[in-house]
Amino acid sequence: MSEAVNAGDAPENQNPTSARDAVLTIDRLKVTFATDAGDVHAVKDVSLSVAPGEVVAIVGESGSGKTVTAKTILGLLPETAVSEGAAILNGQDVISVSAQQMRQIRGRDVSMVFQEPSTALNPVFTVGWQIAEGLRAHGKVSRKEARARAIEALSKVGIPDPEHRVDYYPHQFSGGQKQRVVIAAALALNPGLIVADEPSTALDVTVQAEILELLRDLRDKFGTSIVLITHNMGVVADLADRVVVMYQGDVVEVADVKTLFAHPKDEYTQKLLGSVPRIGANSASATLNVKENPFGEVLVEAKDLEIEYPGRLGKSSFKAVDKVNFTISAGEVYGLVGESGSGKTTIGRTIAGLNRATGGSLKVLGYEMLELKERTFKPLRKDIGFVFQDPAASFNPHLTIAECIAEPITIHEKRSAQDGLARVRELMDAVQLPRHFADRYPHELSGGQRQRASLARALALNPKLLIADEPTSALDVSVQAKVLELFREIQAEFGFAALFISHDLAVVDMLAHRVGVLLRGKLVEEGVGHQIMNEPKHPYTRRLIGSLPVPDPIQQAERRERHREMLREEALGNVGY
Amino acid sequence: MSNNQNKSAMWKRLPIISHYRKAVGLQKGMLVIGLFLSGLFVLTAAFAPLIAPFGYAQSADEEGRFGAQEAPNAEHIWGTTVGGYDVFSRVVWGTQTALMVIVAAVVLSIFAGVILGLLSGYIGGWLDKVIVVIADAIYAFPALLLAIVMAIVISGGQSSMFGGIMAAAISITVVFIPQYFRVIRAETIRLKAEPFVESAKVVGASNVRIMARHIFRNATRTLPLIFTLNASEAILTLAGLGFLGFGIEPTAAAEWGYDLNRAMADATSGIWWTGVFPGLAIVLTVLGLTLVGESMNDLNDPRIRGRKRAGKNGKSRESTEAASAPAVHGTGMEITNE
Repeated sequence: MSEAVNAGDAPENQNPTSARDAVLTIDRLKVTFATDAGDVHAVKDVSLSVAPGEVVAIVGESGSGKTVTAKTILGLLPETAVSEGAAILNGQDVISVSAQQMRQIRGRDVSMVFQEPSTALNPVFTVGWQIAEGLRAHGKVSRKEARARAIEALSKVGIPDPEHRVDYYPHQFSGGQKQRVVIAAALALNPGLIVADEPSTALDVTVQAEILELLRDLRDKFGTSIVLITHNMGVVADLADRVVVMYQGDVVEVADVKTLFAHPKDEYTQKLLGSVPRIGANSASATLNVKENPFGEVLVEAKDLEIEYPGRLGKSSFKAVDKVNFTISAGEVYGLVGESGSGKTTIGRTIAGLNRATGGSLKVLGYEMLELKERTFKPLRKDIGFVFQDPAASFNPHLTIAECIAEPITIHEKRSAQDGLARVRELMDAVQLPRHFADRYPHELSGGQRQRASLARALALNPKLLIADEPTSALDVSVQAKVLELFREIQAEFGFAALFISHDLAVVDMLAHRVGVLLRGKLVEEGVGHQIMNEPKHPYTRRLIGSLPVPDPIQQAERRERHREMLREEALGNVGY
Repeated sequence: MSNNQNKSAMWKRLPIISHYRKAVGLQKGMLVIGLFLSGLFVLTAAFAPLIAPFGYAQSADEEGRFGAQEAPNAEHIWGTTVGGYDVFSRVVWGTQTALMVIVAAVVLSIFAGVILGLLSGYIGGWLDKVIVVIADAIYAFPALLLAIVMAIVISGGQSSMFGGIMAAAISITVVFIPQYFRVIRAETIRLKAEPFVESAKVVGASNVRIMARHIFRNATRTLPLIFTLNASEAILTLAGLGFLGFGIEPTAAAEWGYDLNRAMADATSGIWWTGVFPGLAIVLTVLGLTLVGESMNDLNDPRIRGRKRAGKNGKSRESTEAASAPAVHGTGMEITNE
């Protein structure tokens, strides 16, 4: 059936019969925002339909209009937006209905799962109260009944011991459980359609696998249709039946998931799929022998490194890093992988002198960081470059790009203004940033361009060591691919050592020669990149690699089975780590 | 070429001009009224010698004494006060006093407040704690009481024009420093955790350089707003001091609060002109400055700021119709596509 829909691949010519019994039909939707810089056409012409029990993924990079499309379905657009066209949900056009009718529709016919579960829940009410709020909004329910239905909803989404935990507050749940609660609230009235806006993006990869599993279950058991908004092609391959690819407010391709991944028609889709990093596809350590060490002198050496954050009054301190040992040699890229809270960023910041080490030993370029004093460490700073996660926030908005890049030069070297500018130009060429960008302000650059500038600034003094803290996680996947490629080229050319911190195993595999896996402050496994990726020894590493969705629906289905198998074995064998 | 562009962009980014360009509807109306009143105030102060027919302390001319409490007439268009001064001239000269107090108070408090805020926020620790406690202690005093104490300490309660203005300005400064201090400190603490400040630290920039180059300009965005709001408060404090008898002698300078104080007894005997005009001057000046400040506040916040409806030039109407009737939609789209 889906093949028939694809036959007319122009979105306007969608099969009209499929639209009739569809849960949702969007026809020629157009959304325009009034901004300070004039009108912005966020969605130009979008038509799509969702059949009962179908998971339709809307994929696109930032600015493609996917979230705006999703918000239109729930009537959540801000006042500054004007929408045209039709979005028909169970026979009602949600664009033209009154605010009162819209409130009736929300929750009953359609509901939403948000990206960030910790902010989608109100911290001062119990989760049971919040789930029941939707019930109360649609007619009178007794206190007892509301509670019973909240418990039912919680058990549906797999929260253990729901009778008890219905009275818990949001902070008593973990991130993944919070997202389950948000999904439970969305399900409270059994809507036919759930709009999930990046439901797993804010979660760790192992938790993401669980949430995707839950969404798939809901579809299979209750026949709920899902509109899945995501930028992650792995998630699409894992969950979606049909895929709508959006680019700059337009639909460029609609296809069922297998066809799309096997034979992408549109050029943009091909590019998008081509830029998704995959483990083993382009490994930096492919040619590296496990036993030999081709790299030079040791630049960073951690021995039983401990880093504690002081607790508040009366509370014990928190050990973010616990007895970690590793070395980084000259010319080597060391990848540090872990989920949120594993201490990977803390290690990076401590090496750069932004945090303090509290135990063991950490030698950076021969300097003992345990006795860090700003005055004695300052001369070494010119040998350490740092690339921050968010390129937008790591530039002073009042300085031009040239001034930002020149900042390390003006601080450490006494060069003439002319000489300094020449060096800035050289650096901009090295990171492939056009020279006329020098006089622009950071906000006038795109994310990828800013991260290039950030790399240029880090390299300004030819550092021996570069610390990159999730440098590409704020970027779109096609931009990420280019920045990673650039990083590799520059590393090969300049030959600096690098600590590459990331939560994304595929990205680390592309760049790192050696990889360390962190779990709750402990280094559980370390080794040459391809060895860790292909023959992980520690069960946690295995689980981490197993949960990573690959952008290929058939392969992903097999991996999912294997991952389930593995989890079952773990549960039986009670593997602890 | 690009330099020219930068220059034109520069003046467009200046506080009030950029706000005016952004404003629409009611917010623009508020801003325009506020700017008109404030402009009138500043112009009157600048050209007071040309506008006022008499001096502020003048009670006689070639034809003899003016006479006390005379109703408005051709010679004295707003009448005369109980002391025999011309009301119109006193009100006009009063703008000068008010403006000087605002400038002196704001200049004195802004430097101290910004520097203390930067140091306290960036360095933190015990220095921060001590300054915050002092600032909070000053907050706990009623502002006017503090101003009275300062006026007595500085000038013994009465003084010349300069002394009176400085007494008022310094007493207002003491109250204002904590306000600037708090705003700048809060911004500094927020900015301290921003990655661009950390990146400056990693690069090896000194603390002074980080404060001056990276934090200062980012922390002072809200200053124009506090400035306008504080300016109106300065006028009220000055008027309050004058009203209570701690202001400037009538022979030293014209001051609205003093005039109001002297007009109190007149009000019961039906002599309205001595009180209404200085009172109106205070109300309009404060209203003008507050309107500018408030509309700047609204315009700075993208969530409150009003905007023109999307699809301008009369097309907006068409597009709302199109939204309710999808049939018309095709034509609307073609227009924008061309």
